[in-house]
Amino acid sequence: MHDKTVVELSAALSRGEFSSEELTRACLQRVAALDERLNSFITVTEAQALAAARAADARIGAGEAGPLTGIPFAHKDIFCTRDVRTSCGSRMLDNFIAPYDATVTQKLAAAGAVMIGKTNMDEFAMGSSNETSFYGPVKNPWNTATVPGGSSGGSAAAVAARLVPVSTGTDTGGSIRQPAALCGITGLKPTYGRVSRYGMIAFASSLDQGGPFARSAGDAALMLGAMAGFDPRDSTSVDRPVDDYSATLDDSLEGLRIGLPKEFFGEGMDARSAAAIEAALEEYKKLGATLVDVSLPHVGYSVPVYYVVAPAECSSNLSRYDGVRYGHRAAGAKDLEEMYKRSRGEGFGAEVKRRIMIGTYALSAGYYDAYYLKAQQVRRLIREDFLNAFADVDVIMGPTSPGVAFALGEKAGDPVSMYLSDIYTIAVNLAGLPGMSIPAGFADGMPIGLQLIGNYFEEARLLNIAHRYQQVTDWHLQAPAGFE
Amino acid sequence: MALEAPQVEKIAHLAMLDITAADIPEYARNLSDILAFVEHLEEVDTTSVVPLAHPLDAVQRLRADEVTEADEREAFQAHAPLTEAGLYLVPKVIE
Repeated sequence: MHDKTVVELSAALSRGEFSSEELTRACLQRVAALDERLNSFITVTEAQALAAARAADARIGAGEAGPLTGIPFAHKDIFCTRDVRTSCGSRMLDNFIAPYDATVTQKLAAAGAVMIGKTNMDEFAMGSSNETSFYGPVKNPWNTATVPGGSSGGSAAAVAARLVPVSTGTDTGGSIRQPAALCGITGLKPTYGRVSRYGMIAFASSLDQGGPFARSAGDAALMLGAMAGFDPRDSTSVDRPVDDYSATLDDSLEGLRIGLPKEFFGEGMDARSAAAIEAALEEYKKLGATLVDVSLPHVGYSVPVYYVVAPAECSSNLSRYDGVRYGHRAAGAKDLEEMYKRSRGEGFGAEVKRRIMIGTYALSAGYYDAYYLKAQQVRRLIREDFLNAFADVDVIMGPTSPGVAFALGEKAGDPVSMYLSDIYTIAVNLAGLPGMSIPAGFADGMPIGLQLIGNYFEEARLLNIAHRYQQVTDWHLQAPAGFE
Repeated sequence: MALEAPQVEKIAHLAMLDITAADIPEYARNLSDILAFVEHLEEVDTTSVVPLAHPLDAVQRLRADEVTEADEREAFQAHAPLTEAGLYLVPKVIE
């Protein structure tokens, strides 16, 4: 049953082929048997999962089930889960038992989905390889000597390895789309404001957005439908009805205009990835789409803009970790300043400290205009580039990542080289647009992702475009050896 | 712009981060690399461009000034490193 989609599992549950408790036990057994090779989970919540599964079975028996009722899933360990450790991949929060649920946690629980655990991630979501986690790196199920991508690496690896059918992630600069690409699965970052950030531990608040991982666009549609919606507890949540993402999956793509930014197809892209993207575009032409050349002249500045804006917001957001109210406190400090500095020095890892220091510097007296203000100005130009392109096209396509999964340790000592692995995804966060990554082929046995970028709130259209491609290709159905 | 050790120490102080002397050269090198990379932004003419604070140019939503959350002080303080009589304890600040 572990290779079935949510759509198939839900039908089997309602027919009584097996119970949610049986399905949940099967997932827990796969985690117990296989996760040693991947390290994709930080915490497994067996007792709570079985209780939730029994409640779901009662709901199914009473004829009150929705499409996610009884479906096991995993939360990225950035979403607060009441009475369950919520570590954010950091020593700072290793002892933090969340006293409340994130809105996304509440919504998935209300839909009857069964959380089986919390997945590994880069510390405070800062990383592109899942190597900055306090709990050790996650391995890519396609080749355990390579990274799964980051920061939502555990959630992506767990879905790719068929430990769970779906999971949650967050995307600040590519942290859903890049690991989805590197692990060969489907990932969606919604429009900024579509999914509530309440209870989702903050990294860079003007960029952070939660979204789903799945093995098909159809499953991602079900997850997003449950996760999305206005939340008065998130001041940047958008008050706008949620579309029925499943209803339009099969719509025709006849006449679809696909924009290809020339800046995404230049130097820097791996030749094998380029060939896979070309082949995917040919499939879209067969489905009735037209390819249109577009330009995003400022998109090349996305990574430098991001590495001012995100660290600046992170230095502010992470100032709350002071060893006073919760989280790690250093022992034996003789005064308050020493207590702050040592608690933070011990609680945070090297990459988090680097970003806090870059942000602190960019916001410090005399440098604010040169760095932060300048970056926010260029950010507007990047957004205008996208708006200009969307005047002429329905969707923008290109690679998700410059290449396939890289070796563990390959980029760990060189922050700038690591940052450049998000070169195609970061602009989407800066503009606040929705984006997806779907499997589009392999190079040397490693998955390649195709990125789809939509206009604001066009998640339904993106899922439709992804779904139609998945009806005529089988890249998304491939399973890594040893995890079939 | 290349950062020197004293600047790294000052930034670490402003960020309330204890870093070891042995780590300072690597931080100086990493932070300088990142800043050199960020300085590419100077190539862009941003005269009269309004900074973008929110991707949808939304403004802060206001709500009525009413109590909406329950008092959960005890539950929250259960996670604190040190409390007494409903207060958070820290090392002595004033002699």
